Amino acid sequence: MLGRTASSLFWMSRYHERAQNVARLLEVAYRGAMMSHRGQEHGTHWTFALTCSGCDADFSEKYDELNIRNVTVFLMFSKENPVSVRNSLELARNNARAVRTGITAELWEAINTTWIEFIEVNPQTITQERLPDFLAWVNQRAHLFRGALLNTILRDDGYFFSQMGNFVERTDNTARILNTQYWALLPDSDIVDDGSMERYQWSAILRALSGRRSYRFAYPNARLKAFNIAEFLILRKEMPRSLAHCYNWIADTAEELAQFYSSREPSLDLAKEIASGLSEKQMREIYHDGLHDFLTDFIGKNNQFALQLSKDYNFA
Amino acid sequence: MADDRTFFNEMLDDAGGARSPYSRLATWLEDKPANFLTKKSRDAEMVFRRLGITFAVYGAQEATERLIPFDPIPRIISASEWRRLSAGIDQRVRALNAFMHDIYHRQEILRAGRIPADLILQNEAFLPEMAGFTPARKVYAHIIGTDLVRVSENEFYVLEDNTRTPSGVSYMMENRETMMRLFPELFQTHRVAPVEQYPELLRRTLESVAPDPSKSAQTIVLLTPGIYNSAYFEHAFLADSMGVELVEGRDLFVDAGKVFMRTTREPEQVDVIYRRIDDAFLDPLTFNPDSMLGVPGLFDAYRAGNVTICNAPGTGIADDKAIYAYVPDIIEFYTGQKPILKNVPTWNCSRADDLAYVLDNLEKIVVKEVHGSGGYGMLIGPTASKREIAEFRKVLEATPSNYIAQPTLALSACPTHVASGVAPRHVDLRPFVLIGDQVRITPGGLTRVALKKGSLVVNSSQGGGTKDTWVLED
Repeated sequence: MLGRTASSLFWMSRYHERAQNVARLLEVAYRGAMMSHRGQEHGTHWTFALTCSGCDADFSEKYDELNIRNVTVFLMFSKENPVSVRNSLELARNNARAVRTGITAELWEAINTTWIEFIEVNPQTITQERLPDFLAWVNQRAHLFRGALLNTILRDDGYFFSQMGNFVERTDNTARILNTQYWALLPDSDIVDDGSMERYQWSAILRALSGRRSYRFAYPNARLKAFNIAEFLILRKEMPRSLAHCYNWIADTAEELAQFYSSREPSLDLAKEIASGLSEKQMREIYHDGLHDFLTDFIGKNNQFALQLSKDYNFA
Repeated sequence: MADDRTFFNEMLDDAGGARSPYSRLATWLEDKPANFLTKKSRDAEMVFRRLGITFAVYGAQEATERLIPFDPIPRIISASEWRRLSAGIDQRVRALNAFMHDIYHRQEILRAGRIPADLILQNEAFLPEMAGFTPARKVYAHIIGTDLVRVSENEFYVLEDNTRTPSGVSYMMENRETMMRLFPELFQTHRVAPVEQYPELLRRTLESVAPDPSKSAQTIVLLTPGIYNSAYFEHAFLADSMGVELVEGRDLFVDAGKVFMRTTREPEQVDVIYRRIDDAFLDPLTFNPDSMLGVPGLFDAYRAGNVTICNAPGTGIADDKAIYAYVPDIIEFYTGQKPILKNVPTWNCSRADDLAYVLDNLEKIVVKEVHGSGGYGMLIGPTASKREIAEFRKVLEATPSNYIAQPTLALSACPTHVASGVAPRHVDLRPFVLIGDQVRITPGGLTRVALKKGSLVVNSSQGGGTKDTWVLED
């Protein structure tokens, strides 16, 4: 396989995952803005989506007003915003197009149809009333992509590289959301009353990571607690967006790749080191050493892994 | 010939009866409801778009990927017509390859005075770097798309030879696939020669010209400029159906005179490159130094005989519009035979007499830029406005050697689905020829159709569409 093909499969998956994540952040913000909260300005919700997707500074440079219209256009449709859903979908499709010969017809059709239908949408028509349906559509298309990939692609090196892209992006997204909101997850913020700012924040974080319902199953008493939420999203392996789950998947995939090529590369050792670091960790230790530092360190390690992978397999 | 009312109708004779290759199709068309073809066209378009069978339009800002309109009525050629055409094409491609070997070696044809030496030696398409080098099997152009037009029952003209990197073959194949899906019943009543073997034959052709043909497995790659190229779909399609890697220049590198591709593991040596990028971009060290598409050192590896490039660099000389007028001489010179297929009479505007005639007759003839392609930079006298003609006259007078001119041919017409039903529209034909250990011509080709009433321009960039082309078996 060409190094460039490996790279394209990695980035195809990575951009697709990113598109879905940004759409979900917008959904959470929309939901928050629709519900009135005591003592909160509407802007808080939109800021949440912009900060978590890392484009709040870019937004303030281009827009004066923080409102649903501006945030929707910027996060969904803007060509100027590097992380907009539009740009991620286009980059995902360009990478898929570059490896047309290496992906299945089903997968290509899923990606191509999403893009064709997306660019036919006139942003002006996505009003407040239509936004939830549109976001649901984006979300469904992302699931279709992943379903087509898992159901049709051969389990060879191409599959392994696509999984790496998917989970490197997912774990990065989880870590970034936690890191931009870490203040709401500090243990002393557990002492809050029912209608507080933190309570809303916790709920938004869980929703942004598709964990609102599964949290209630993982923690039977179901009470939202900063400690439990942080543990759920960082250390619980059964949560498909937790850092631990993502790194188990990455380490397993790196192992399969090493077997496939019959050679062990430095990226495998790095993945194992990160994965075992997470599985041996206790939430208490993380708090003791500092949540913010832990997350910042993790994001750095994840980047380092992606870089090592691209070196080991000659990504072009 | 220029009178549009007297064009040859491929389906209907002068009495309005169906000619024999079309007899069954004509009957079938008769009893179809009015919206039948409209619906079928829509089905076809949806398939094309979903599969991403698109081409890029240069200069368009948004949505640069377009569909080439597909016409659902097939163009039909009888077995005997095809035999004559393919004999003519075979003769022509052999002569052109012999011509290239000659001008890059002893230049007998120049010594014999059959072609003015300046026309070759001063030609931009002539690559002095190729002089003295002999490619495998002495084949220069391995893939040729011969553009033909028909003007009467028995008269076909060659319009262009396309010996560089001809495209369109993926449409030949996808059009057939689509037709088989849309109208299975038609394939039961017609014995249509298949085209699906093309990728396999292409692969065999490429293997046959590898530097060391005795090697058990040849590594072949298709070199594309990338996803923004107008023919990218075709590049991916061909690589996929041949089972070879689709590479960009940055995927290849030259080491110790050999070409390798960068894989996720060890570099892999490449034997044959089917390149779909132009000569100038192949190797920044030898040709255009600004090229980001090519592979530094590729040309030296080629001259060292360690890799085969298909088509060879320098094949543009054989389809240069200024050389075109001499192709009948070229055929006679190298084969000793009369050309089977006709050339369109051509005026070379660099010659004073020819230029004078052209300037006097601009409203009747077609003027083409010598190095232009794709229907850009040309004047079609009979359909141009007075102003367009006046403007073109100025350009032509300023740089006459940039132009050739030809009489306006009354291109034949085929039944085509249009808004008002079925009507004749003008067509041309590009069969695809493979030259390696033997000459292989796939029965059929790409029929391009000018969808606008009366229009003679079939280029997809100018609103042309395509049709499936059926060669009937005896």
